[in-house]
Amino acid sequence: MSATDSTLLRPRLLGRTTVNAVVLLSVLYTLLPVLWLVLASSKDRDALFSSDLLSLSDFSFGQNLSDLFAMDGGLYGRWYLNSLLYAVLGAGIGALVSVACGYAFDKYRFRHKEKLFGLVLAAVMVPQTVLALPLYLMASRTGLVNTFWAVFIPVLFNPFGVYLGRIFSQGYVPDEVLEAARMDGAGELTAYVRVALRMLGPGLVTVFLFQLTAIWNNFFLPMVMLSDQDLYPVSLGLYQWNSSASVSPEYYPVVITGSLLAVLPLILAFILLQRFWRGGLTAGAVK
Amino acid sequence: MTATTRSPVPATARPTAAPASDRRARKAARRRQLAACGVLMTPFFALLVTVFLIPVGTAVYLSFYSDDQPGLGFGPERSVFVGLRSYAAVLTDPTFLGGLGTVAVYCLIYIPLMVAGALVLALLLDSGAVRLRAWAQLGLFLPHAVPGIIAALIWLYLYTPGISPIIDLFAGADITVDFLGVHTVIPSIVNIALWSNLGYNMVVFYAALQAVPREVIEASVVDGAGPVRTALQVKTPLVRASIVMVAMFTLIWALQLFTEPVLLSQSSPMINSRFSPSMYIYDAAFTRNNYSLAAAASVVLLLCTIALSYGVTRWTGRADAQEVR
Repeated sequence: MSATDSTLLRPRLLGRTTVNAVVLLSVLYTLLPVLWLVLASSKDRDALFSSDLLSLSDFSFGQNLSDLFAMDGGLYGRWYLNSLLYAVLGAGIGALVSVACGYAFDKYRFRHKEKLFGLVLAAVMVPQTVLALPLYLMASRTGLVNTFWAVFIPVLFNPFGVYLGRIFSQGYVPDEVLEAARMDGAGELTAYVRVALRMLGPGLVTVFLFQLTAIWNNFFLPMVMLSDQDLYPVSLGLYQWNSSASVSPEYYPVVITGSLLAVLPLILAFILLQRFWRGGLTAGAVK
Repeated sequence: MTATTRSPVPATARPTAAPASDRRARKAARRRQLAACGVLMTPFFALLVTVFLIPVGTAVYLSFYSDDQPGLGFGPERSVFVGLRSYAAVLTDPTFLGGLGTVAVYCLIYIPLMVAGALVLALLLDSGAVRLRAWAQLGLFLPHAVPGIIAALIWLYLYTPGISPIIDLFAGADITVDFLGVHTVIPSIVNIALWSNLGYNMVVFYAALQAVPREVIEASVVDGAGPVRTALQVKTPLVRASIVMVAMFTLIWALQLFTEPVLLSQSSPMINSRFSPSMYIYDAAFTRNNYSLAAAASVVLLLCTIALSYGVTRWTGRADAQEVR
């Protein structure tokens, strides 16, 4: 009896160990580069190249930080604010616009609705690089090129948010609730703002986070549109500094410290809003 | 095609035999709903028209016309219809075809690795055998919060001799690795993309697996299926919709390959300015100022994306049909 038990148990134990080992290795794979970034940001230039990462004898994070904000007349702080403005404002407005449209797709019926929705889905597939040249030409014709708006307006467009908004509206806003609001004499838009939008909260946060990440990551569009360094987002700025680093190595520690700081807002947003987007992802994945 | 010209009908109103006053009231309600629907949809469709439809139309238009500037760019600019000349130029350009080839190789390595890796991790986490599951998930997901350009920066440094602890580690074992050599540069880019997106897709799969009814899994265990068979033959088919979605988005993003190679090109002679189709488009438009060539390349890339996405849905659709049979 005990013999059969142990032969049954052994492969299971072995399996359990293997499973945990695989997961542990994967976690190390994802975490170690971030850890490297944290350690490297505390090294000065010489220590960075001497590759003794773990020694704390030459801890110069504070020095790197003050170098970072002093470099090129404090450009980095400027880029950081630009990124926050593009991302937080853009994702906020973009999420409201997309979710409102998704909600209308779910709750109202009209001719050619599914064809129109198909167009929205098709827009998800179109590569950004395809749109960049025409957008650049349009912006230069209207005098918007190399301004805040040249980057801000295109990033508001989020067709995937409409798709998610429609799914969330199906899942979270029962038709009966709207019917009840109508019976109470509420207008259509009042019902949306006062009743539906509140129920769509978690969905709205999910769309907001998706778009926040996308805009914070945005690199191609600013690269095409902007030539004024004062308008750069962090991503483009760091790219520019990194290209200078091969000529003037004093940029290396600044680029590394700047990268670390640029990662923080998204991590913060994901942790603070975790409760919402986990639910949101499930809805997006199952339907 | 503005939102207000459409005629919304309330989803909840059912036509029944009713007196005329009722019908009038319903008509008024329908009109109010139509107006509300228009208000809710107008901002998005205004954006759709300005930053999507017009640009796509412009790209197609530009690809058929060429700006001929007489006399060193002085004098009036005129657009000349050149038909398919730009397309012929793009499709016979070895650097563009090389870029397409690069992206094809990249997709063939990246997409299977990504889908299989994320799915295996999600299945392992779902199996219940993993300790500290929430922490493992958070750790795996972390790179998603790292912007693409910074992920590329981190890995660029990890690929750079002198800075990289990885290369030092290999050097300690007397192995010299060049992560940015002829044969390693594409796998190195695959690694960056994989690192960035593995955890995110794992979370998508995990969420789908959590929605699989527990009875189904219990039934398969009762039938004597081991954990591996349960995972591969019971759970995996049930999350096929998510697999298709992840494969599709991974494909669309992979075809746009731009950020990683552009950054690596600062340090590697193996990556030229026309390494991928997107880099080719950027180079044609903003370095060579050849708009019609860039537009034609854009349209070709767009058509490839549409064709491949359609292929993915068709292929999975056929798999669906076979399963029913």
